[in-house]
Amino acid sequence: MQVIEKVISSNGLVFAFLFVGVIMFLSYWFSKRVTRNKIPGAAIAIIVGLALAFLGNDHGIADVGIFSGMALLGGPMMRDFTVVATAMGASYIEIKRAGLAGIISLLVGVIAAFVMGATLGYLMGYTDVTSVTTIGAGACTFIIGAITGSAIGASSDVIAISIAIGVIKSIMITVITPIIAKQISLNSPHSAMVFGGLIGTTSGVAAGLAATDPKLVPYGALTSTFYTGLGALLCPTILFMIVQWILG
Amino acid sequence: MKIYGVAILAGCFLVGQIIGNTIGHWVNIPGNMGGVAFAMFLLILVNERARKKGLLKEETVAGIQFWNAMYIPVVVALSATQNVRAALTGGWVALVVGVVATGCCLLLVPLLSKIVVKGNNHDTTI
Repeated sequence: MQVIEKVISSNGLVFAFLFVGVIMFLSYWFSKRVTRNKIPGAAIAIIVGLALAFLGNDHGIADVGIFSGMALLGGPMMRDFTVVATAMGASYIEIKRAGLAGIISLLVGVIAAFVMGATLGYLMGYTDVTSVTTIGAGACTFIIGAITGSAIGASSDVIAISIAIGVIKSIMITVITPIIAKQISLNSPHSAMVFGGLIGTTSGVAAGLAATDPKLVPYGALTSTFYTGLGALLCPTILFMIVQWILG
Repeated sequence: MKIYGVAILAGCFLVGQIIGNTIGHWVNIPGNMGGVAFAMFLLILVNERARKKGLLKEETVAGIQFWNAMYIPVVVALSATQNVRAALTGGWVALVVGVVATGCCLLLVPLLSKIVVKGNNHDTTI
């Protein structure tokens, strides 16, 4: 047993390949045989992943010794590297056609999430300017929540709430996107770019689109990659000042 | 050779990251702004140019396609390493704000897709 553990923990990334391969195999088998292709295999595999994350803490399953390699395989470096590779299947003409839609959806996405988050936070009893702004920023993405909260000096429990909001958003998008894709007519490169810009949470958009239709991934990734930068730019500055002005 | 494809991908990725981080530095935000998107544009550009000149061999493309195919497994690993417990520690406020705000943004997707399609058609008629 000790030998096995030693081999696995010193070859974390290789073990992660094996482990994810097994998850994929079982999920695709389940998709085909049990759900008769109604739920895509990728969607099942991603939900299995989320469920496994409960085994650990801050870094999900990677907190458990032998699974530490999962942090490398599922880390931002591999995520971005493979997302860039999906551009091989993207059409430049489609991107150009939806370019304006992408830019507008980015602005609308950041502002809409912020306004909704800030308003709900205010209604639920967080009435001071810094808390309202931080909660609004968390409704964009958890990184924006953390950046904004520390920039304007919010208390640590409010920052924790704002990060939690961002994580809930990311998980909700991952799970719900393939289910409601038809209802929100998410079926073309154009709508995928709008979706990426409006939602913005890179991991959620990436996982949600992968489970819906892998062909749409590059288009959603293209816009969502600007979202966190834009939110981190707007929330602690202009949007914070507007909240300050409204709440006097 | 397949490694040529992987090298092209790595080159595009790194240039994109450098551009993204430089812009992030300019606008004074920690991290990068659109690095992935710049890398994707670069890869699309290289792909089209090289294909036209017949420089892109099948083997080279296979090196990029492998990482394209690794995308879903990477996302599965990414899901398994999320801080799902943080989602529970925020309590009711986090749950209500997270779900309602996200739901509203999703409702905007079909709305915005339509509006901009109209705008684009308008542009082309001019």
